[in-house]
Amino acid sequence: MSIDEKQHRKSGIGRPRNIATVLSLFIPGLGQLYNRRFLKGIILLIITFSFLVTTWNYIDIGIWGIVTLGTIPREHHSIQLLIQGLISLIVLAFGLAIYIFNINDARKDAIARENGLPKPTLLRGMTDFYDKGFPYFMILPGLLMLLFVVVLPLLFMLSLAFTDYNQYNAPPRNLLSWVGFDNFRALASVDMWKNTFLSVFTWTVVWTVVATSLQIGLGLFLALLVNDKRIKFKRTIRTVLILPWAVPAFVSILIFSALFNPTFGAINRDILSQFELMIPWLSDPFWAKVALIMIQTWLGFPFVFALFTGVLQSVPQDMYEAADVDGGSRFQKFRHITLPHLLFATAPLLIMQYAGNFNNFNIIYLFNEGNPAVRGQNAGGTDILISWVYKLTFETNNYNMAAAITIIMGLVISIFAFFQFRKTASFKEEGRY
Amino acid sequence: MAMSRKSKSRIEVAFIYLFFLIMFIIIGYPLFWALMMSLNPGSNMLVTDMFPSNPTLEHYKWLFTSPNSNYLTWYKNSLYVAVVNSLGSVVITSLIAYAFSRYKFVGRKYGLYMFLLLQMFPALMGMVALYILLNTIGLTDSLYGLMLIYLGGQIPFNAWLVKGYFDTIPKELDEAAKMDGAGHLKIFWTIMLPLAKPILAVVALFNFMAPFMDFLLPRIVLTSPDNFTLALGLYNFINDQFSTNFTRFAAGSILIAVPIALVFLLLQRYLISGLTAGATKG
Repeated sequence: MSIDEKQHRKSGIGRPRNIATVLSLFIPGLGQLYNRRFLKGIILLIITFSFLVTTWNYIDIGIWGIVTLGTIPREHHSIQLLIQGLISLIVLAFGLAIYIFNINDARKDAIARENGLPKPTLLRGMTDFYDKGFPYFMILPGLLMLLFVVVLPLLFMLSLAFTDYNQYNAPPRNLLSWVGFDNFRALASVDMWKNTFLSVFTWTVVWTVVATSLQIGLGLFLALLVNDKRIKFKRTIRTVLILPWAVPAFVSILIFSALFNPTFGAINRDILSQFELMIPWLSDPFWAKVALIMIQTWLGFPFVFALFTGVLQSVPQDMYEAADVDGGSRFQKFRHITLPHLLFATAPLLIMQYAGNFNNFNIIYLFNEGNPAVRGQNAGGTDILISWVYKLTFETNNYNMAAAITIIMGLVISIFAFFQFRKTASFKEEGRY
Repeated sequence: MAMSRKSKSRIEVAFIYLFFLIMFIIIGYPLFWALMMSLNPGSNMLVTDMFPSNPTLEHYKWLFTSPNSNYLTWYKNSLYVAVVNSLGSVVITSLIAYAFSRYKFVGRKYGLYMFLLLQMFPALMGMVALYILLNTIGLTDSLYGLMLIYLGGQIPFNAWLVKGYFDTIPKELDEAAKMDGAGHLKIFWTIMLPLAKPILAVVALFNFMAPFMDFLLPRIVLTSPDNFTLALGLYNFINDQFSTNFTRFAAGSILIAVPIALVFLLLQRYLISGLTAGATKG
């Protein structure tokens, strides 16, 4: 063996750091043993062993299940297999994380040994582990709940969009299968679905933009008025204006639903009858939409009002004084001082108002259950995407289409989230008032 | 002759007050109407009156005394879920927020992205899966199942909120404590938690009120009337036969709306400052 080769061995595969890495790559814990970190190595070996023993079968079936969705009707339940498959993927991800940690750890210890650093004492090793692992211990309970209560259900919905799961094709009687983008194609080409989707989507956009902008506009206007120096009884006025926010929303919506009822509701019977008017609030799609937007404005402006009132008090007064010196008009002061200040401080929350109305299932469903029915489509005249999804899921069991629509909603929501993130991130850089 | 500046200002103020008056009527009318409905005798909505000639408390009496009424059970159920949800959410979210605010670790950045995205997805989207999951672990028609979903679902929004607040607490404080030999948990317990009381109160309040206001999740999870929460029970009063039980619904609703509204009005100041702090300083 020449000197050259020895040199090569030293810097190549034969270096301790590489030996440790490879050993841990094959059997987690082995690299640690090689590094003479016996306790850590044994613990990792035990973890690996128990992980494999307890989860091997479950994951094996889960992965097989999520790929095939079962092969024998009545015996294999596609939905349960799908969920088991998704859980398997999550468990596998955890396993993978530990595995990668193990490899990195073996390599790091080996490098420390190469550099001649002394082997840390047992106590030291354990405090190091506690220090490094601390944030993970803190988030673990919440993370597990989040994964199983929020992420897993969303992944499940995501998967359903690519299956043929509906009323007529449901386990355990039938097996499901993966159908790729068929459901999305149906949404774009089958007349019934296409028409319904277009009209519901349009109304959802109109609803989100109009209702939210109205509630923000009214909230802003009222906040400016109450903030006026000439106004007295500010506390009382504020308290009354916040009242609609304080009453549980489902109670107020149901009250409104009765108020607008054409036969016994007070709006037609007691108010509009004075002017010889009868408006079909619940049975005509147009008037039902008008009623919904008015109700949402009633429900939503107090939050914006309270928010703006809080922020208005932090606008630096000297800016107004400077504007007065320059002879700025009231509108100019509002346009160039107040408004930018308000929007800058509250933009993320305002974006969330839009996202909230986009998903505002409660008001649509409680007011009129999305009705009135509309000919030639399978959603009601006031249904927005989320209430349509609810109906498709729980009333007609069109799970696959419901899931496909959910994905489209998810894409729209991601756009909201993107803007919100940009706004929130900008605060980080620019500091705050 | 030009109107003097002073009288112009007076007219303006008068108009502002007039506008407030109109707003008061718009806000008060539905609430007042519901209160009056609850005092109407009988259950036939067609003969109800805004100002009943013979007001009665029979509906309130029915809620508490009738053997057919589950009202008190529902109240108890809601309170139980609300207390557990409120305490549990404070513990879980403050732990997560502490980790995200004070530590650097692998996955921190993507975790924050994930919270931001997930808080916008309503729980409704995963309802089918939630039901099946609860079914497999035997927690359908159970208050525990409901609590589990509430506790998990609140994490993204509240963790973000509390993390934002923690970020405003100067880092020098915990560094000084670390110098004095305080451990991770001690810093959390003696520095972060006491200073973050306002935002933790907001989280507790939010999660205490949620079970009183939500009817959808209970509707999917709970099936037997003994397990209903207030919102679901009340909804069923009018969902079954709309026109026949509205008066009773009104009575039941007023009894939950009044305490909630009072607590809310008392605490809304903290709510707003907490929200703006968390959202804008994140």
